Amino acid sequence: MAETALAGLKVLEYAQFVSGPYCTKLLADLGAEVIKIEPPGRGDEARRREPFLNDVPHPERSGLFFYLNTNKLGITLNLNTATGKKMFKELVKETDVLVEDNQPRVMKEMGLDYESLKDINPRLIMTSITPFGQTGPYRDYKAYHLNTYHGSGLAKILSYVLPDEVKRPLKGPGFIGDYDAGLNAAIATMAALYSRLFTGMGQHIDISKQESLIALERVEIGMYGNEGDSMMSTVMLSGMVGGLQPCKDGHVVLCLPMEHQWEALIKLMGNPDWAQDERFKDELDRAQHAKELNENIAQWTMERTKDEIYHQAQALSCPIGAVTTVADLVASEQLEARGFFVEADHPEMGRVKFPAAPYRYSKTPWRIERPAPLLGEHNEEIFCHRLGYQKEDLVRMRAAGTI
Amino acid sequence: MAGVKVLEYADLISGPYCTKLLSNLGAEVIKVEQPKAGDYSRSVGPFPNDVPDPEKSGLFLYLNANKLGITLNTKTETGLALFKELAKSVDILVENHPPQEMEDAGLDYPSLRQINHRLIMTSITPFGQNGPYRDYKAYDINIQAAGGLAYVTGDAKREPLLTPWGQAGYQAALNAAIGTLSALYWREASGLGQHVDISVQECIASILGDVISFYSYMGMVKPRCTTLSDLSGVTIWPMDIYECKDGYVDICILEPHQWQSFVDLIGNPGWASDPKFEDRRLLFERTEGQEVPDLGPLIKEILKKYTVDELFHGGQQRRIPITPVNDAQGVLHFPQLKERGFFVEIDHPEAGRLTYPGAPFKLSETPWSLERPAPLLGQHNKEIFSNRLRYPKMELVKMAEAGII
Amino acid sequence: MARLPLQGIRVADFTWAWAGPYATMLLGLMGAEVIKIESTKRPDHSRMRSLAAGPTFGGPNQAPIFNDLNLNKMSITLDMTRPKAVELAKRVVRISDVVAENFRPGVMDKLGLGYEVLKEVKPDIIMLSSSAVGGTGPNRHYVGYAPTFAALGGMAHLTGYPDSAPIPMMGSSDLRSAATSAFAILAALYHRAQTGEGQHIDLSSTETIAVLVGEAFLEYTMNGRIPTREGNRDRIMAPHNVYPCQEENSWVSIAVATEEEWQALCHTMGDPAWVKDEKFSDAYRRWQNQEELDRLIGEWTINYSPTEVMEKLQKVGVAAVPSFSGLELFQDPHLKERGFAKEVQHPAIGKRLVVNAPWKFSATPAEVSRYGPLLGEHNQYVFGELLGLPQDEIQRLVAEGVIN
Repeated sequence: MAETALAGLKVLEYAQFVSGPYCTKLLADLGAEVIKIEPPGRGDEARRREPFLNDVPHPERSGLFFYLNTNKLGITLNLNTATGKKMFKELVKETDVLVEDNQPRVMKEMGLDYESLKDINPRLIMTSITPFGQTGPYRDYKAYHLNTYHGSGLAKILSYVLPDEVKRPLKGPGFIGDYDAGLNAAIATMAALYSRLFTGMGQHIDISKQESLIALERVEIGMYGNEGDSMMSTVMLSGMVGGLQPCKDGHVVLCLPMEHQWEALIKLMGNPDWAQDERFKDELDRAQHAKELNENIAQWTMERTKDEIYHQAQALSCPIGAVTTVADLVASEQLEARGFFVEADHPEMGRVKFPAAPYRYSKTPWRIERPAPLLGEHNEEIFCHRLGYQKEDLVRMRAAGTI
Repeated sequence: MAGVKVLEYADLISGPYCTKLLSNLGAEVIKVEQPKAGDYSRSVGPFPNDVPDPEKSGLFLYLNANKLGITLNTKTETGLALFKELAKSVDILVENHPPQEMEDAGLDYPSLRQINHRLIMTSITPFGQNGPYRDYKAYDINIQAAGGLAYVTGDAKREPLLTPWGQAGYQAALNAAIGTLSALYWREASGLGQHVDISVQECIASILGDVISFYSYMGMVKPRCTTLSDLSGVTIWPMDIYECKDGYVDICILEPHQWQSFVDLIGNPGWASDPKFEDRRLLFERTEGQEVPDLGPLIKEILKKYTVDELFHGGQQRRIPITPVNDAQGVLHFPQLKERGFFVEIDHPEAGRLTYPGAPFKLSETPWSLERPAPLLGQHNKEIFSNRLRYPKMELVKMAEAGII
Repeated sequence: MARLPLQGIRVADFTWAWAGPYATMLLGLMGAEVIKIESTKRPDHSRMRSLAAGPTFGGPNQAPIFNDLNLNKMSITLDMTRPKAVELAKRVVRISDVVAENFRPGVMDKLGLGYEVLKEVKPDIIMLSSSAVGGTGPNRHYVGYAPTFAALGGMAHLTGYPDSAPIPMMGSSDLRSAATSAFAILAALYHRAQTGEGQHIDLSSTETIAVLVGEAFLEYTMNGRIPTREGNRDRIMAPHNVYPCQEENSWVSIAVATEEEWQALCHTMGDPAWVKDEKFSDAYRRWQNQEELDRLIGEWTINYSPTEVMEKLQKVGVAAVPSFSGLELFQDPHLKERGFAKEVQHPAIGKRLVVNAPWKFSATPAEVSRYGPLLGEHNQYVFGELLGLPQDEIQRLVAEGVIN
């Protein structure tokens, strides 16, 4: 079996839903050992969320949970009990990384904040992901994905940029902002691990979901800070050639920042007369007459399917992309050639097909070693074989609600 | 009881065992559990290989085989509405929730009668539906104490003893089943349902035998005694559990001819022919202060030479009431039970093939039956909510996400 | 001075536009020395344009966008059509740990700087190649930018309102690709530290977007359903939307997940009669009737500013956060205290506010420390000091236009 990039790395996850789990999934998928702690009985929030296999709700059959927790070991532990806390600390002692998403106040009250844990394990890298970070006046504020997304400015900015299409601020699809925070946390965590190779010391990483999102529109947001409100409207409204265009069976998106790409577009459309019009002479003119220009383009695109347009345009190196649905992607030849979708067997869900990763390593490929864990699936392995508890202890702990 | 529909809204033993009895007679039982946690007995065990798993609790599997299982959160309006839809369509509702809780939720008998006047509602609570202790909280140990059973169980020299493994619940369940079936019988003639009010304390108090009459006739409080032979603890006739070579036997000799046969069984030891041991009954009428010869130590010593089987079969052949004290293994391998097919094996999707106790009675025309295993949590949500109550599949997804089911 | 996380790492940065440069900038924020290899003949197009159309400023060293995406870096200029320039580029690679490029697949090979060649130069080199749809497969030569990544990655179809067209979003798609690249590089660096092995990473920007909406695929592969746009809504939470506030075009986001939060919201709104309506009596019913629910809540929020709503509701544990505009972010007290933005002094543009690093390390702080470099600003440092070329050779190379 090919080696993995993060073999030997030990990660403990005390997080739920999307951000924390996605962060550790990225690490687990590249070979790190991730032990995921879930509350006994209930399990991770994501288990209660659709899509469910065959639309039959079941905590072991959530597609969301499956996707976010591939390759992990799963245990249950109730950190609101003295015994639970003790066992948690035993696990912290043995781990390289702890990823958690609990309220800062709560971790402190439980005696599980970084200051406390670093005494147990000075090499510990603790990555905390919260809506607004570990400091500041909003530190204890509650926020779900909708809220951090809107709090990042990204939703309102979109409505400025596309005032006709987006009449009120709009969040991104699914839980993308939470995914972004998880990815951001993974970057910082890996860097801290790298640094630890030289210093031998751990540290605390403070990730704010709001800041993770702001970073993704640093250019646009930077403009506001420097140019104020008006700049955006004038600059943005001057429009780009194309943008979203309707076609026979859906939409395509055009993005032609360079002159030669505009010329490729003209060629693609068969050199129509209107393209020679004065109004579309150069970039600035085209920007000023964007509306008419786009109408002309639309007339051409409406007569063709998105795939036709996409492939024909790309053959001329014209940057057009088809607006794909998930069905289109599952059927995509390119993604098939890339091995983007993989299948794995899960004891409850059977065979599941899901996206792998967007990177291919020449030496340490991404791989799926195990599916997402059943609730408490590895309790015995972790608590008995590693921490030395007896099986009878587990039975009692279970009855007492500790695990 | 084919065609009878039962709704079960109960946890642990008293409710579930009652409806289990009904389901084994052919009634359809729909068991309502709270989402996520389910019946509390799922967390009690025992578990195969000592690995706790809510789908593999031995207690849960035993008490809930044969039933359909759904989840409903009765703390939500939608959950209550669904519950009432079901209550409208069933013959019997068995529940063991605190009366105040049922009232607050609008699920008390007067309310439910409005929507289904034929409903037989059987409520099992520690102290019943009325009275000053109506709202008191009590577990099995509390009720056995309050019912007077614990006091008379165990060693007189030690504290009162709990009869183990939830016996109060089983007693309550049995009585509830009797009450329910009677109400069902009456409904045949009258066309009306009614409320069956079971107080577990009363169920316990009703099986105390002569404890109550001891007091009401003689003003005596019967103390604990482990043997049945004599209040003073002296063995007059053997009515006790005795250790033998490879286990324990229970001997219960009440009549002279049994004593004679017993003496024969133990090889006619010398001391047995002593006249002072002959007529045991006379000793009951002894006067105060008169010395009573104690058979106990003599019997104890001699029985140690015999095996359980020798005493059991030898004794029974001589028509002496002697039985082995069986542990679980002993019961499972008991030839008599095997012959009568007392144990049944059922396949469960998660727990696999397990052996369960079967019917405690045999009906010649309508045999006891156990067809399906205990339900997985929410296993029949689709069957009940979609197929019968006609809610579309996606509605069930939303209800689950909203914590309704 | 505290150590930086990636101190000692050097990156030979061949990237251009948005997705490539931001990846290496992330490494630079964490202390890696990033040498951006540019050409005055074909400058990075983010030096040449504004967000939309045409230049609105005066030249390649005055581009705010370039500045935002290339902070902390160094710049050298080489005319890569010249063999000697390619040799110099290789020498930079020889002293580097990481090579990053986002040309069309095949371009680096044509330049004589493909992975196989660079592996000869530095056996443990880690090379990241980022492209629109990946370096393999029938479409590997396809080109694209952020909006096409979002379109092809399935995200555009999922973004928007149920009754509107798909929305391709903006530059964030590029930066998502960049973040993924940075992570991939760091994992490779970790592996190299353990084993001494470098490797080649082939990354598809389109795929980096697709994985961020992963569960949408599961809905299709498991249940055969194609999910589509949902606006600001959630699959089960209600209320879950933005609500209009006092000032024109001001909005507050409110999301409720539990019964307790709902009760707290009702109470804060003054327990109006309508909250007792059967239609809103549990989570499931609120979700079914959320249109009406949203309208009614809007009638309350309209009396306040978004910040007032946030303060009232956060006090009782309900998630409410204004939908901030870009400008409002700079005025927000929380972000001010967090230091989310930093001022850099740019030699040509002057003082610029830029968004700071999105992580707070307790022991090895990372942050913006210098402006985006002027074209070729570090030629002397890199060629002279790092590569040790004598001064007259450098002058000759400049005169020849190799260093251009």
